[in-house]
Amino acid sequence: MGGRDTALVLLDENGIRCDGRKVDEPRRIMIKAGGLKNADGSAYIEFGDNKILVGVFGPRDVHPKHMSNTDTGILRVRYHMEPFSVTERKNPAPSRREIEISKVIKEALEPAVMLDKFPRTAVDVFIEVLQADGGTRCAALSAASVALADAGIPMRDMVAACAAGKAADTIILDVNNEEDQAGQADMPIGYMPSLEKITLLQLDGVLTPAEYKKCVETGIHGCKIVYELQKKALTEKYFGNGEK
Amino acid sequence: MTSTSVIDELKKFQILELLEQGKRVDGRALDEPRKLIIEINAIPKANGSARVRLGDSEVVCGVKIQPDRPFPDMGEKGIFICTAELLPLSHPSVETGPPGPDVIELARVVDRGIRESHMIDLSQLVIEKNKSVVGVFADNVVVDYDGNLFDACAYAATAAILSSKTPKWEMKNDVPTLVEGGESSVPVTTIPVSVTMGKIGNYIIVDPNGDEWNSMDARITITTDSNGNICALQKGGNGGFSFDEVIKCGEISVKVGSKIREKLKQAKEGGQ
Repeated sequence: MGGRDTALVLLDENGIRCDGRKVDEPRRIMIKAGGLKNADGSAYIEFGDNKILVGVFGPRDVHPKHMSNTDTGILRVRYHMEPFSVTERKNPAPSRREIEISKVIKEALEPAVMLDKFPRTAVDVFIEVLQADGGTRCAALSAASVALADAGIPMRDMVAACAAGKAADTIILDVNNEEDQAGQADMPIGYMPSLEKITLLQLDGVLTPAEYKKCVETGIHGCKIVYELQKKALTEKYFGNGEK
Repeated sequence: MTSTSVIDELKKFQILELLEQGKRVDGRALDEPRKLIIEINAIPKANGSARVRLGDSEVVCGVKIQPDRPFPDMGEKGIFICTAELLPLSHPSVETGPPGPDVIELARVVDRGIRESHMIDLSQLVIEKNKSVVGVFADNVVVDYDGNLFDACAYAATAAILSSKTPKWEMKNDVPTLVEGGESSVPVTTIPVSVTMGKIGNYIIVDPNGDEWNSMDARITITTDSNGNICALQKGGNGGFSFDEVIKCGEISVKVGSKIREKLKQAKEGGQ
């Protein structure tokens, strides 16, 4: 929802953003692989003030049975926000926004997961947003990839995600909540860096064709930063001190 | 639709084989949308309406305009809401009941394209600040299905809004009251046009029909405004796009979109 009038200065004369970042600087990102005992794979991400927990189950039997596919396994994703995750209490029932985000995250992960190896089964990805602060779908997608890898599910690549956008007529990396509300454009991108494939792409806001190109490039740059942190999280869990 | 039927698999094979020769199943060029028929003011009881047929996909959109309470944080702006629904008569596989993820995505993508382009100048739709504003509700119903409902619904909603006349209200004793003879056009700043492209193998095709829709690896819907800027985008489907493909799709959407924008303008002129 671009162009809302606020007194907030999104970009000052020194090129510093409202939360002190430079235009091409992502927020603080912390990813941890594992953490849940009962899930087959799990991950926790802190992306700025977003705090998101992801648990993966499967491949396992499909219920209801008619959803199963004899040719391939199926991927099911539920993105859910806790009632306490946002300023005003959110109705706990899944909203239309959450259903759509579940769907785009599922479709962003599908190219990465080798589901054809597990016909008649389901892989369930449960995403719980404990605290939200702009860019939850990217943070959730990045964490979901780590959780799938943690579950030992064969993957072609991990999907890393980061948003780019436009605020104060400048293309910026990793749009925060204030910039999303008062800025001019928000473009979440999910990207498989090794395969060079974009698997999630959305845009709200007006961009010229030149800005559009710059925005996609900026977002991919952010994804590559996230990708390194995803790999680091997994090496830390499985190789102890983080060395390869 | 969890398992693809044998016929769908065969069709996909045929579609891909044709694409390798540079052809499509219905003889179109790869960047050619289907025939677009726009009938304006199809529902006279609505404040604006359109019946749009894109190939064999058909959508009726009616616009209702009525006073409403503003959103708590948007007291100086009118309300715009766009929905989409698949009627059971549109396809044998459509069942009644609450909308599934596909239909929810459809409605939200169509809404977003129009909203993010700032097509309607909502600041002009205020009756009294923070108290009462004008709400514009564009409801799409799909009556016939042959792929690419994103564009069919977007064109129907855009054409219906262009044709809409808004009544005038004034506050009297704290109640919005209709002013007779105060009708005017809905304040429009730009004409958004969405262009949906499918990816089959390594080919990008504009406006996939039903068979092509079932064969796609991924799709991308890009909305452009009258200035040729890109204002909304949604990738869907369980495949991916390369950076070059995404940029190419942006260029196609501007080029194809400008032609469709002329058709929407013509339909508006013809309807008056």
